[in-house]
Amino acid sequence: MTRYIIRRLLQAIPTLLGISILSFILISSAPGDPVTMRTFGDVRMTEEARQIMRRQLGLDQHPIAQYFTWMTGLSVRQGDQVAMMTNPRVTCGYVAALNVTVCDRGGGILRGDLGTSLNTRQPVWDRIVERMAATLELGVTSLLLSLIIGVPLGVLSAVYRGSAFDNFVRFFAVIFRAVPIFWMALLLIFFFSVYLGWLPTGGRQTVTLTQEFNLFDRIRHIILPALVLAFGGIAGFSRIMRTETLEVLHTDYIRTAQAKGLSPNNVWFVHAFRNALIPLMTVMGPAVVGVLGGAVVVETIFAWPGMGRLTVNAAFQQDYPVVLGAGMFFAVLTIIGYLLSDIFYAAVDPRVRFE
Amino acid sequence: MTTVAQTHSTTGKPTPKPPSAAPGDLAQTLTRPPRSLWRDAWSRLIRNKAAVLGAIIILFFVFVAIFASSLAPHNPLQIHSGQGFLPPMWVEKSATGKAGTPEFPLGTDNLGRDVLSRVIYGARVSMVVGFIPTIIIVIVGVTIGLTAGYRGGAIDNLLMRITDIVYAFPDLLFFIIVMTALRNTAIGQFLNGLFLLFVALALVNWVGMARLVRGQVLALKERDFVLASQAVGSPHRRIMLRHILPNSLGVIIVAMAFLIPGAIITEAILGYLGLGLRPSTDPNDIFITSWGSLLLEGQAAINNQPWLLLAPAICVALVVLSFNFLGDGLRDALDPRLRE
Repeated sequence: MTRYIIRRLLQAIPTLLGISILSFILISSAPGDPVTMRTFGDVRMTEEARQIMRRQLGLDQHPIAQYFTWMTGLSVRQGDQVAMMTNPRVTCGYVAALNVTVCDRGGGILRGDLGTSLNTRQPVWDRIVERMAATLELGVTSLLLSLIIGVPLGVLSAVYRGSAFDNFVRFFAVIFRAVPIFWMALLLIFFFSVYLGWLPTGGRQTVTLTQEFNLFDRIRHIILPALVLAFGGIAGFSRIMRTETLEVLHTDYIRTAQAKGLSPNNVWFVHAFRNALIPLMTVMGPAVVGVLGGAVVVETIFAWPGMGRLTVNAAFQQDYPVVLGAGMFFAVLTIIGYLLSDIFYAAVDPRVRFE
Repeated sequence: MTTVAQTHSTTGKPTPKPPSAAPGDLAQTLTRPPRSLWRDAWSRLIRNKAAVLGAIIILFFVFVAIFASSLAPHNPLQIHSGQGFLPPMWVEKSATGKAGTPEFPLGTDNLGRDVLSRVIYGARVSMVVGFIPTIIIVIVGVTIGLTAGYRGGAIDNLLMRITDIVYAFPDLLFFIIVMTALRNTAIGQFLNGLFLLFVALALVNWVGMARLVRGQVLALKERDFVLASQAVGSPHRRIMLRHILPNSLGVIIVAMAFLIPGAIITEAILGYLGLGLRPSTDPNDIFITSWGSLLLEGQAAINNQPWLLLAPAICVALVVLSFNFLGDGLRDALDPRLRE
């Protein structure tokens, strides 16, 4: 088992490297001159000063060297150039053996520094952290909702297979799977917020002078976005639970349980349900990933102050360090999600480990 | 495939002789013409009511998209001054205090443009966004998937690593980044931004198609008919194109049926975020507005002109559901083993 986990962890490394390369290509192909952006297009800047700044930012180097600097925070130049490095915040040293000058510019993705927001000049990491709680709140609520609603629906429609209830559940599972999430959001906003006026159209809480915590107000705000985000999960979980329960109901141990004279409820909800849950656990990883991806849309529509909205807004403001920092953060979470679900799968089904 | 075997066994079955019939008539009355896999699938598909309904709705929207300029009652860009904020024709008094007229069946927007005409033109964008990237994805994905699955080795490893990367990066975020970063470049302005959307959609989705085809190839490669073909010395190209590809077509067609609505939804979301098609002001443009952009305009006015949301929302949902029904039907028809 340990070997399997180590192998899966090692497999994640090229994926992460690939994502970092993809992000770097996107960040460097973005329009706008970094020097102009940093100096707000100051017209008094001389060409010489611009060149010095380009050099300080490492923009005169080869893209591969720039990528290395972006990842590690170290920049390497040929020859003894310590005297040329005029930025007082960068420490440089000459390595005579290799005839290179190595400068520690600070930061670097590998050291956990995602860069600085072009808009607010805050570290990207700080901006992500301040939004993370809201995304977690929404994500966890919607996952719980989809489990609480989806799992019983799936089990019940398997137990009452072919009934009107079963057909009803399956019909809505198809609809929920197909209809786009933002469409659902608009529909619910229109019905519950505009037409009935029961729930707010967006936001995490009502804006007041004191901004004190009001649980009832927070619940009113989270209902619609969490429900919209949960629809996909409800459809997916109910379908999986239905299939798995049907499969489990045909196994020998269920027949044994029935033959022993256990009550139908005992057979269904104790024997069958517990075994049908195992495959569900293995799709939790992808489910978490789906919620994260959906959060980008749902947070934007409902003005939910989470990471998804941060990213979309940053994209509109062309604040690329924030967009890519958040993108890489999403990607790492995705990889962790898949990894956990694979490891869990391997733990319950030993055959997987030997593939 | 099982279906082939079934068809052969039904046609090859010795038919019981009815006592009264003459031997000469027997061949005519009791043997059926041999049926190909595709005919078999077709007859299963047309028995599926949801799939047929889906196909009819899709054909309807394709028709609307092609003949938009003849069908639209008004020019979608024409501003009818003094006739803005009109509700649909069946509303007698709206929140804006105006009554609907049959001249503008679905009402007008705040500038006095006919909503029905705009929705009709929107169908064009959705259909094009659904079909064109899907064609690119199929060509690229199938070629790479076939090669990777058949040859294996380095190209296969590379494909799997690329797949991991693309799956890990949230799709929508990638679209948003690409659309914002390249929006003001020459590519971003070509076809009012639609071209860039095609490219972005293809870049993300070819990977899934390639992986799907690769999986099919890996399974088919070990089958007896491929081994037999290899044994008689067929060249690899012939095995790939004549034996493996036709047997993977079913899976590819089903995947296409689900890729198209995916692309339509993506365009609608991006349009809704203001990143899709640039709303055009040139009446000579083929692509003028999209359902996503109409939804964005509708949500901005959700309190006093909710009817702006009505038609584009219904159209998006109808088209997406239809493709899903058709896709489900195709899957059941082409590979009955997968039926739940």
